[in-house]
Amino acid sequence: MFDIKQVYEPMCLKSALEIYQNNPHLTIIAGGTDVLINLRHGKYEEVELLSLQKIKGLDEIKILEDGTIEIGALTTFTKIFRNDIINKHVPILAEAAVSMGGPQIRNIATIGGNICNGAVSADSAPALFTLNALLYLETANASRTIPITEFYAGPGRVKLQPGEILTKILITKDNYENFKGKYFKFSNRKAMDIAMIGVAVLLNTTDNKVNDLRIALGVSAPTPIRCQEAEKTSLGLELTEENMKRISELTILDAKPRDSWRGSKAYREHLIKVLTYRALRELRGNK
Amino acid sequence: MDELKRKISFNVNDEQVSLEVDIRTSLLEVLRNELHLTGVKQGCGVGECGACTVLIDGEPIDSCIYLAIWADGKTITTVEGLAKNGKLSKVQEAYVNEGAIQCGFCTPGLVLTTTALVEKGEQLTDEEIKREISGHFCRCTGYQKIFMAVKKVLEDK
Repeated sequence: MFDIKQVYEPMCLKSALEIYQNNPHLTIIAGGTDVLINLRHGKYEEVELLSLQKIKGLDEIKILEDGTIEIGALTTFTKIFRNDIINKHVPILAEAAVSMGGPQIRNIATIGGNICNGAVSADSAPALFTLNALLYLETANASRTIPITEFYAGPGRVKLQPGEILTKILITKDNYENFKGKYFKFSNRKAMDIAMIGVAVLLNTTDNKVNDLRIALGVSAPTPIRCQEAEKTSLGLELTEENMKRISELTILDAKPRDSWRGSKAYREHLIKVLTYRALRELRGNK
Repeated sequence: MDELKRKISFNVNDEQVSLEVDIRTSLLEVLRNELHLTGVKQGCGVGECGACTVLIDGEPIDSCIYLAIWADGKTITTVEGLAKNGKLSKVQEAYVNEGAIQCGFCTPGLVLTTTALVEKGEQLTDEEIKREISGHFCRCTGYQKIFMAVKKVLEDK
């Protein structure tokens, strides 16, 4: 048995937001693949849950009139991985989605939960960081939009205000059109494992010269991060072997990986450089 | 009414059931302890080994990290629901024919995930088959026979 004291099961978002406003101490549960495991491990006692399972309509993926891709926060990883819009316009996110957990986990775990959980290893985060994804947060009487790059506060901590629920993830057209992306998850096992390092690279070039390059890392700092130095330096550079190596080396200026039982700091730094280079090479193609 | 109890109904193996469940229980606990469907195995309890897999509205889900109250209104299949009139399903037969069973603890979950793959009717590459069954741990057979059983039954379709 789980150490649960109460479960609220609202049928719609409006009622969920009202309940949360009046009871900000509640723990939100969506797919449950983090919350219930934490409960099993005794992390919470007599927890009171606000379950979003019965809310309809928050698991849809669509393209708005201005080309913005909107992903409902309750969309499962399986749905993201199989969705036509995602595969056509932001395949890097499909790659990230299918790298997470195993099939049974992906069938119920939600992208909103993956983000709000604040894990440094969240597989959706590096891809969403490169896409400059926006998070739409709602309370019972207000809403705001915040870039995902400003949402993380530290390991397991995000900047949600009391009573606030993440309802949508938005990717604007200028952040995916003419970009190609690649996500590498490096882990000890191919499936059912947590990333030792996650590297997402999103690239826009003309004649092999960089117009816009974005590199985001998971498990490389207390939050997912962008490699600002490498990105800045890359602007206008031609993607020659030498420049790709140089850009990959610069990722280390922003990365601050740790030693842990999953991998040492030195090995992680090596991986960050190698995987960034590998992604650049793959995205550039044979030149 | 007791705050910790909630009445739910769902369809399990083609049978409609209504019962009062404790909000603290997992679907695994209700299926095993209330409905005596002991083909659902408890392994790790944290969604890693896949022994507790059941189909919920056709999708493989780890029932150990699924609240029992969430089953309300759903259609659930456990391994007990696969054989019809005493005859094994195609997937079950494939596992027997390939010798893909040793101790049997992971088998119900794997057979259910395979059943979901067969019902979706997609063509899968070898790599995709491995990916789709990767949420199950088997500590006996080394997976090759399981892989062959899945491959054969998908090809038979």
